Amino acid sequence: MAMLSFERKYRVRGGTLTGGDLFDFWVGPFYVGFFGVTTAFFSLVGTLLIVWGASQGPTWNLWQINIAPPDLKYGLGMAPLMEGGLWQVITVCATGAFISWALRQVEICRKLGIGYHVPFAFSFAILAYVTLVIVRPVLMGAWGHGFPYGIMSHLDWVSNTGYQYLHFHYNPAHMLAVSFFFATVFALSLHGALILSSTNPAKGETVKTAEHENTFFRDTIGYSIGTLGIHRLGLFLALSAAFWSAVCIVISGPFWTRGWPEWWSWWLNLPVWR
Amino acid sequence: MAEYQNIFTRVQVVAPSYPGIALDRGNNEREGPALHMHLLGRLGDAQIGPIYLGWFGLASALCMFIAIEIIGLNMLASVDWNPVQFIRQLPWLALEPPSPAMGLKLFPPLNEGGWWLMAGFFMTSSVLLWWVRMYRRARALGMGTHVAWAFAAAIWLMLVLGFIRPLLMGSWGEAVPFGIFPHLDWTAAFSIRYGNLFYNPFHMLSIAFLYGSTLLFAMHGATILAVSRFGGEREIEQIVDRGTASERAALFWRWCMGFNATMESIHRWGWWFAVLCPLVGGIGILLTGTVVDNWYLWAVKHHVAPIYPAVFAPVVDPATLLLQGVKP
Repeated sequence: MAMLSFERKYRVRGGTLTGGDLFDFWVGPFYVGFFGVTTAFFSLVGTLLIVWGASQGPTWNLWQINIAPPDLKYGLGMAPLMEGGLWQVITVCATGAFISWALRQVEICRKLGIGYHVPFAFSFAILAYVTLVIVRPVLMGAWGHGFPYGIMSHLDWVSNTGYQYLHFHYNPAHMLAVSFFFATVFALSLHGALILSSTNPAKGETVKTAEHENTFFRDTIGYSIGTLGIHRLGLFLALSAAFWSAVCIVISGPFWTRGWPEWWSWWLNLPVWR
Repeated sequence: MAEYQNIFTRVQVVAPSYPGIALDRGNNEREGPALHMHLLGRLGDAQIGPIYLGWFGLASALCMFIAIEIIGLNMLASVDWNPVQFIRQLPWLALEPPSPAMGLKLFPPLNEGGWWLMAGFFMTSSVLLWWVRMYRRARALGMGTHVAWAFAAAIWLMLVLGFIRPLLMGSWGEAVPFGIFPHLDWTAAFSIRYGNLFYNPFHMLSIAFLYGSTLLFAMHGATILAVSRFGGEREIEQIVDRGTASERAALFWRWCMGFNATMESIHRWGWWFAVLCPLVGGIGILLTGTVVDNWYLWAVKHHVAPIYPAVFAPVVDPATLLLQGVKP
């Protein structure tokens, strides 16, 4: 069986959000649950629709397969299936699958008696996706403002959308998001390296302790945030990256329609030095 | 419910400062005494310091101070030494590298890139000295040198951008300027000049590792906080002697996605994702302009990108024109 040596005692009934023991079982290593069924349903339908959409398209080249959103002329209405309707249904499936997945994580947390930090964190990723394909298109009045589903096509969308605002690096929320992404990678490299350097010490040395971890960072930079603090910091940095990403795109269009470099003129025109 | 999620430390133990692991002979004394800040203790560790002042660290700090002075004073000079205009225009101010006409000249006039070269030299010296410090401090504590090698990956990207690629291209003018908006302008212009960096496969990989690292740290940070009620943040103990925190953390992901890392291997995943982000990014930059001149055409040639219909009349690539002051 796909069970770890210590796993059996953790596989308990209950903790479900829907109550009762509907689908309260495991398949192989996977916990199913009611939301496992809805996840499977949405992701299966969505994936099959993408494959079917690809079969109706001009290419099977994995890089170039593209499911485009409707033309702007359809506004916020339903589009014919082959003219963006497929994209709309896939978006519903993706959103349904993501939310189901988060709720399934909540059920697993409850079974294991652990905190809800993981589904809470995942909800930030869902927020970023929903902002891109639902919130911003609704605010701008057309589903056509969503991004297309395809490897190269979504890159082109990012590029084109960025240049519509002349130079997206000047978007202050984009600056914050990128800074948080870089800071997260930086913190992750330090944390990963610190744990590995403690448990894989110099030749002939015994495994180190949390005191060594603290001492290393106090010696080098004067401060060690500690074993618990680094996980709070890492989570905060990562969630901030996702949050400001969502902000930076939702303000582009609904809030600011011109070039982002121009937005900074308020700074030059502050009354203190104008 | 919220009070059980361990977002903040609610009860702080006040204890004497911890002086640090005893160092062997040949090391300096640490600089103290350590401070304690209650607010810092809400989030992480309350103790600040003691710090180790070694020669490499001092030399590194001195070099960084010189580099920042050069950059700052040049920017201040560019607004005619007006401190108000310095603050007002700071995001736009730059210290630019030498013009392309200077090629790889080692001592161009100070106001035509010489200061930029000097600032770059001191910044690079500072970073390399800091690398030595990170390596030696780890060894002084008998630890592995994983931090230093992760740092080396970031140094690689810095050197590619400011030194190696300009060398290969034959001009310091290829390097990045110092300045907030100017380095963003450089990035955008670089991407457009070489046919959009989104079509550069190493750029794709670098972004994937950037997002992947963020995903991993969100997953890892959240998992450890979720099992912190079982002592999950004591990771070294959990690695050498698995407890219920590790077991629940592993089972969470096993039940969720059918696969789990271990308490040690998640840190290897994190280390590699974080290290590969600048490592492959540097490769992508190094190939741009030296090996590949237009990433879009490269992607079309290799059946990655489709050929788009020409919407505008073709324009002549300015780089092919022999303009005055521009090296071919």
